[in-house]
Amino acid sequence: MSQADATLTAPPPARREKLVTADGTPLRRALERANRRRKLTALALVAPLLAFILIFFAFPIAQMMWRSVDNPQIVNALPRTLQALETWDGQGIPDEPVFAALHADMLEDLDRPRREQAIGPLGIRLNYELSAARSAISRTSRDVPNFEAPFSDAFTDAHRLWGQPELWRIIKREGRPLTASYYVAALDREYDEAGNIVQRDENRRIYVSLFGRTLALSLAITFMTFALGFPIAYFLANLPMRYANLLMIAVLLPFWTSLLVRTSAWIVLLQQQGVINELLVNIGLISDGNRLNMIYNQTGTIIAMTHILLPFMVLPLYSVMRTIPVTYTRAAKSLGATPWTAFRRVYFPQTLPGIGAGGVLVFIISIGYYITPALVGGQSGRMISNEIARHIQQSLNWGLAAALGTMLLVGVLVLYWLYNRLVGADSLKLG
Amino acid sequence: MSSTTKLFGLSAAASVLALSAAAQDPVSLTIVSWGGAYTASQQRAYHDPYMEANPHVTINNDDGSANALAGLRAQSQAGNVTWDLVDMLPSDAQLACDEGIIMQIDHDEMLAAAPDGTPASEDFLPGSLGECFIPQIVYSTVLTYRPGAFEDGAHPASINDLFDVENFPGRRALQDRPGTNMEWALYADGVDPEDIYDVLRTPEGVDRAFAKLDTIKDHIIFWTEGAQAPQLLADGEVAFATGYNGRMFEAIEVEGMDAAIIWDGQVVEWDGWVVPADGPNMEVVMDYLHFATDTQRLADQAKFISYGPARASSAELVGEHADLGIDMGPHMPTNPDNYYAPIVLDNDFWVDYGDEMRERFANWMLQ
Repeated sequence: MSQADATLTAPPPARREKLVTADGTPLRRALERANRRRKLTALALVAPLLAFILIFFAFPIAQMMWRSVDNPQIVNALPRTLQALETWDGQGIPDEPVFAALHADMLEDLDRPRREQAIGPLGIRLNYELSAARSAISRTSRDVPNFEAPFSDAFTDAHRLWGQPELWRIIKREGRPLTASYYVAALDREYDEAGNIVQRDENRRIYVSLFGRTLALSLAITFMTFALGFPIAYFLANLPMRYANLLMIAVLLPFWTSLLVRTSAWIVLLQQQGVINELLVNIGLISDGNRLNMIYNQTGTIIAMTHILLPFMVLPLYSVMRTIPVTYTRAAKSLGATPWTAFRRVYFPQTLPGIGAGGVLVFIISIGYYITPALVGGQSGRMISNEIARHIQQSLNWGLAAALGTMLLVGVLVLYWLYNRLVGADSLKLG
Repeated sequence: MSSTTKLFGLSAAASVLALSAAAQDPVSLTIVSWGGAYTASQQRAYHDPYMEANPHVTINNDDGSANALAGLRAQSQAGNVTWDLVDMLPSDAQLACDEGIIMQIDHDEMLAAAPDGTPASEDFLPGSLGECFIPQIVYSTVLTYRPGAFEDGAHPASINDLFDVENFPGRRALQDRPGTNMEWALYADGVDPEDIYDVLRTPEGVDRAFAKLDTIKDHIIFWTEGAQAPQLLADGEVAFATGYNGRMFEAIEVEGMDAAIIWDGQVVEWDGWVVPADGPNMEVVMDYLHFATDTQRLADQAKFISYGPARASSAELVGEHADLGIDMGPHMPTNPDNYYAPIVLDNDFWVDYGDEMRERFANWMLQ
């Protein structure tokens, strides 16, 4: 009895002794451990994918963004010159000590092994800002060992650009490890004499209008794929399964054909001496002298890309439409709706997730397309990605390519954010 | 004791064997070039004979020359150079050389002398050698027309006629870059071929070139890839097309396209080899280069494609086309009958002003 009393007055056992598992470990810890193990197993399972995304997706994008501001060339090549330039006011040509520092920088660089020389990259970098700066650098660096004081005369005699304040302003302005100049160029702007950012000469502006055109073309292509894809998907979704599957092959077939083959096929069809024009002339619809221009312009880009991207619209639409019960429309009709009203107010709203998914997919793919526009776009059907590819592959101006790429990426993210605000990204349904 | 000696002797013999095997270890070279008929001509003139003489070497072709600059820089920055030899244009070679990603070349040291003993640096055509560049061929960008496009008897004969839409109507296929187009605009506007680049270095000269191009702007289709130009002619899409003379030769002589080349104002340029720095098989590459750029080999290439050899001593060895049996002399850009008004491409100009010109040209195309 007293013992029982003692137990009653004592704190409840649950609080004093923790719950334990069979092997004596406290239950909470055991649970935690089991949970952690489960999480680790899950992590281990997704680890390959995570590593893949990090290495092949996140890291390259970060690297690209870094390249768009990375600016080591001038700092590496001309440390003394930059120091001497600190007191220069940006007016006229710098004094002799700056030229002496330049001479010392170039001499030191010539002593380095070829692979480590900074003069070559310096010339290429400066040429982005000022035409002919490359040959000013390379020609002078050849003669530098023979230069004698006063160096200002020696340099200006070797190349006219050393006597122009513009080159010096660029060296001073860009003599920092980070730069905004690639973005300035990507926005069709430049620095004026006072260092303000101003619009470029009208005849050198290209990128902003190209961004605009890329946006307009992508929207047009997205709309075209919707206009063509919606009826196809509707038709397929309302067929018995075995016919639908058969016809689905017709939608997918172009998907399995090489992109270049499909593009070339459009050239054969659309060109002035091509199949369609020939047919129209033969049946007398147009005269021989007035053949239609359907390729090597925007029309060509829109037609070829609409065809290529059509499956990306049809597939999500089809998979959404398949799940819409026929009974809903029937119910609407039995309640007195006309077929059009039933479609408009009952059926169509339910296809929105598919339209959203297909639209976002087509739009994002087309905004980065470049092979098809390069082949069928002529001069008016080009897109921004053609310029990015050119700067990566041919002009080797990776900084500018990275700036353009980053702007494109940010643009797409902003559009996606807008879409998410207006429609809601969780309503996307990819199938 | 004796067994140890024997063992030692055996292992020595084995290592000698291993050494001689190492000298003949199979080597695989990756050579980057332009693909198509051009790579095929190199295969037959250089690669096949070299592999026959050196059975342990295999040569793989990579058609990456159009983007070779980007490839070279990427490989160099990744520290993993997989290309052994790259065929590129001298302006690209100059950029790569400035970046330090290709080797500097001592031409007399590395290349074979002419048969009469003239050192390589004197045997290659004047102005063709670069700090890091070994020329192989002279090619040119030429104007080509389709006789069927004009009324009977009308035959364009000069660059002027490209800009004469009244007498020679029809669309013109031009390359979508300023090179060649700017030169021709000034040439047709009356500038002497030697003065063209001096004029282009001035802002007024650039404006003058664009003003001339404006006169035919509505009649232009722009092409991007080299194969598009002959295709556009063959399809009857255009009356004129600019293109590389080798591709035009191939389309006209080999494939029977009805078109003719106008040699007036041909824009002449070199094309040749560069060696990526830190390539994997440097010794074999050097041996290959010594072989593939000698007088006979350069002359041999002209049997397969109508590009002129870059060595003076090769000129007299140029013979007939290997398959067609026609005399290749008249099809060479450097043949005196064709070389009457050449514009020699100024690479320094294009490396210096290329970016600015391309921006203006792109802007002009978009308007």
